[in-house]
Amino acid sequence: MKKMQKALALGSVAAMALMGTAATLSADEDADLIINGDMEMIVRTEAPDHLDGHLNMIYSGWTFRSDETQAMQMDDFDNPAMLFVEQGIEIFNTAMGTEGNSCATCHETPENLSEVRAVYPQWDEERGEVQTITMQINECVTERMGAEALGWSSRDMVNLEALLASVGRGTVVNVAIDGPARETWEMGREIYYTEYGILEMSCATCHEQNYGNYIRADHLSQGQINGFPTYRLKNARLNSTHSRFRGCIRDTRAETFAEGSPEFIALELYVASRGNGLTVEGPSVRN
Amino acid sequence: MTRKLLIAAVFGVAATALHADVIAPDDVAANEYGEVEVSLTGMPGDPVRGEEVMTDRGLGNCIACHQVTALDDYPFHGEVGPTLDGAADRWTEAALRGMLVNADNIFPDSAMPSFYRVSGFVRPGNGYTGRAAEGPIEPILSAQQVEDVVAYLLTLTE
Ligand code: HEC
Ligand code: HEC
Repeated sequence: MKKMQKALALGSVAAMALMGTAATLSADEDADLIINGDMEMIVRTEAPDHLDGHLNMIYSGWTFRSDETQAMQMDDFDNPAMLFVEQGIEIFNTAMGTEGNSCATCHETPENLSEVRAVYPQWDEERGEVQTITMQINECVTERMGAEALGWSSRDMVNLEALLASVGRGTVVNVAIDGPARETWEMGREIYYTEYGILEMSCATCHEQNYGNYIRADHLSQGQINGFPTYRLKNARLNSTHSRFRGCIRDTRAETFAEGSPEFIALELYVASRGNGLTVEGPSVRN
Repeated sequence: MTRKLLIAAVFGVAATALHADVIAPDDVAANEYGEVEVSLTGMPGDPVRGEEVMTDRGLGNCIACHQVTALDDYPFHGEVGPTLDGAADRWTEAALRGMLVNADNIFPDSAMPSFYRVSGFVRPGNGYTGRAAEGPIEPILSAQQVEDVVAYLLTLTE
């Protein structure tokens, strides 16, 4: 029955987005996410122990969106982000750089990389630092393909990330926070709880203390990143994790950090770890 | 000669900005309960202008976080703070002024921003540009706007 309603609601999605009212429709926070009728996602589960009781349950951002926005992510034909996955496949198969290699030269198919998304950011032994998936992709691009590094939130990079997320959908987020990654994780936690800007708000102010509440017309989620990159109806493109972080810090009337900065790398590890137990769900659809 | 004029002009501007009766943000004194008893401008607030400050996104944007039944004509009231219906029954004028100037005066660790403060921020920005603030930081609201909001809040009785 619920599914029927969603299917019916789909027809009006375009009109809703045009009128800009999609954001204000109440969400079905109890809905389950099954993509293409067979890919079952974990959109709510018990919070990981390292959240120390700050949250009891964790929820995918999908659960806070309107019925219409939710529906767009339930079928790849309705998910506008899948167009960018197509472009990601093209890049994956195109040779670049001095070595004449494409991603496919080493990895054959994107599906071979389906376990990757869920465990990044990750400690990189060789480099002695925490690496995000963006950094790992650029390691391949520069060192194994002999090409120029892709811009942090460039179209090609975000499209490749959308591809790696899409083949990873349904795997359970499980980033490691112990061992050598611990220091970076703690730095990320520090940033998460710092009140920035002239409005003096932290990530926790909005996404830990107030998820489920409205702030003006915005229905606050827990700010999880298991759905990234996200296609936003608001700007009609794919958005990277770090550009989202920037937007949120900017909205506190603060000086933000740069995309790819050590601060945002640490914050990405920390925020990813808050979603341990949810499934990889990108590329997702948001308002 | 030109130079003298210039200096005179600069001082002239400064003198108007720091009008004798306006208390600068760093000089506002709160009592032990966090209340600010004296008007920041020595002038009564205007509740009509206060309503504008409450609802304008670029000013107080108070309804981003608070529901106010009297402001139902303006869309999208938030749920981050409590309803302000009946606020005048619960708070004195001095307490309302105290919390607007610096939320920490009345609510330590609150999500509510401080509207008449210029120091003590972490990475203060230049408006909503994401860049660092340049020069001295302006308070979110002017002294008179704070007084206008206080006057508006005092109309919220039940
Ligand atoms: C002033 C309130 C506010 C603050 C502070 C804030 N955010 Fe957000 N954030 C929002 C709003 C509004 C949205 C859009 C609705 C939603 O998903 O919550 C959002 C969305 C997000 C999303 C997208 C979630 C999704 O599923 O699409 C992420 C990730 C996020 N925020 C992370 C952060 C981080 C990390 C910080 C701190 C550096 C932060 N936010 C600080 C208001 C805020
Ligand atoms: C970002 C969120 C936010 C904004 C913006 C905000 N407030 Fe608040 N406000 C709060 C919260 C949260 C509380 C509850 C205080 C606490 O216990 O921390 C509060 C409390 C109050 C109270 C006391 C309510 C009661 O009766 O107990 C008043 C009055 C008030 N705010 C007025 C305002 C006015 C006027 C503005 C705008 C000029 C404003 N607020 C803007 C979050 C906000």
